[in-house]
Amino acid sequence: MSDPLLHVKDMHVHYGAIHAIHGIDLKVFEGEIVTILGSNGAGKTTTLHSISGLIPISSGEILFDGKPLHKLPAHQIVSSGVAQSPEGRMVFPDLTIKENLEMGAYLRTDEEGIEEDLRYMFSLFPRLEERQKQLAGTLSGGEQQMLAIARAYMAAPKLLLLDEPSLGIAPILVQAIFDAIVEINKKKKMTILLVEQNAFAALKIAHRGYVLMTGEITMQGEAKELITNDEIKKAYLGH
Amino acid sequence: MDENLAYFFYDLVTYLLNGLTQGSIYALIALGYTMVYGIIKLINFAHGEFYMIGAFIGFFAITSGVPFLVALPLAMLGAGLLAVIVEKIVYRPIRDAGRIPALITALGTSLFFQYFGQQTIGADPKAFPQAIAVKTYQFGEIYISNIQLIIFGSTIILMCFLWWLVGYTKTGKAMRATSFDKNAAELMGINTDKIISFTFFVGAAFAGAAGVLVGLYYNTVEPMMGLIPGLKAFVAAVLGGIGIIPGAVLGGLVLGVAENLVVGFWVSTYRDAIAFGILIVILLFKPAGILGTNRKEKV
Repeated sequence: MSDPLLHVKDMHVHYGAIHAIHGIDLKVFEGEIVTILGSNGAGKTTTLHSISGLIPISSGEILFDGKPLHKLPAHQIVSSGVAQSPEGRMVFPDLTIKENLEMGAYLRTDEEGIEEDLRYMFSLFPRLEERQKQLAGTLSGGEQQMLAIARAYMAAPKLLLLDEPSLGIAPILVQAIFDAIVEINKKKKMTILLVEQNAFAALKIAHRGYVLMTGEITMQGEAKELITNDEIKKAYLGH
Repeated sequence: MDENLAYFFYDLVTYLLNGLTQGSIYALIALGYTMVYGIIKLINFAHGEFYMIGAFIGFFAITSGVPFLVALPLAMLGAGLLAVIVEKIVYRPIRDAGRIPALITALGTSLFFQYFGQQTIGADPKAFPQAIAVKTYQFGEIYISNIQLIIFGSTIILMCFLWWLVGYTKTGKAMRATSFDKNAAELMGINTDKIISFTFFVGAAFAGAAGVLVGLYYNTVEPMMGLIPGLKAFVAAVLGGIGIIPGAVLGGLVLGVAENLVVGFWVSTYRDAIAFGILIVILLFKPAGILGTNRKEKV
């Protein structure tokens, strides 16, 4: 197998005295959808924030395309090709939808490419096109989630990090959002690392998965194997 | 028309014009307060000193023969660059230390510049050179000077520039994004340290412009001159709603007009009392400020 696009090696993260991540190893290969499952407080968001450079790691390595990411400030990690749709969406409420998407493309100068990606996102999420001049703060939770994903996509990343896109969203929109994730992965060959509490929905669309529990990876494997695994069923799927 | 009524009317308009002049100055200073607060939640009590330093740059430039139209941008540039340096070496290292340490640091920075100014330039007021000959225009019994018109004009131009910058440029949008959430802005690839520096630059440049305009209007500059206008501008920013750009303009104008009406119709020594009285009243009854609501437009 070729080298992974993202390789997290023995990563430890501390918040003050709290040891949040206890040396995890993760690999994401080009073209994959990989999911990290786990309950609240397992360290999923911490892991994504460390990859994005928002939280410093205490030891270990994060390699992207073979180059270390963990020494770069967050905004330079975006220019290396990693974009994130953060937990809680964090769309800019006082900016319009269009302006939010422009912020996603902040570092890009290829006007034509930006225009093309904008049209693609509008075709994927037609609600955003209808409301492009509205302030993002006026959108519903589901629409804000679509905007957060589209905004991250606008950076034209090689790796898209999605933190809990189903959180607090009406079930009917969850399906639409997961369909969009699959479409971005298939049509645009974009590699995706998806963090989710909704294990079933995530495993249905992922190629591989990791289970994170109190800062340690307790299980990993092909998504179709994990989805039938009894322990996972008990812990996360509610069977 | 009844003669008394006519004179009352002339007085009223004159006080309003003086108030709007004073208010324009407060507004220019208050904009920097509110922008810096919007982006890093810091009440920068050293902001009045950027106004003082702008006034002195203008003073030295004009004294050495630089024309006013060059001295003004020079003072803006100087005050702005100084603010960038102060942000970098004073505020940035303690940015994550909490709001009280930042506030105390700002007070210390303010005192540093006041007394550094007294040490180096001297505490005595300097006469600001008459860069532009004063002309007074008369409409009935209403007088307005060309200096007042220059202050209005400069203020309007700077405010239009700011409105365009914040509303329509990529940098302005990045400022609004950073003011909402620094981490979310970093995830867009925005170098938020640069955006914060830039915000300090613009805010202090506006204060520097106000300093030169005041020099021109009152013909005197001294190292402590930033203290009271700085506090008044803080009142103006809170009055309009701190963090809200149009609020700073509104607060500045309301404060300037209120002060001049009190001075004109009542007692001139109540000038400062009315300003801080307004602060107390606004904090008691509408702490978010005139334009403040649950969802604020911040920068």
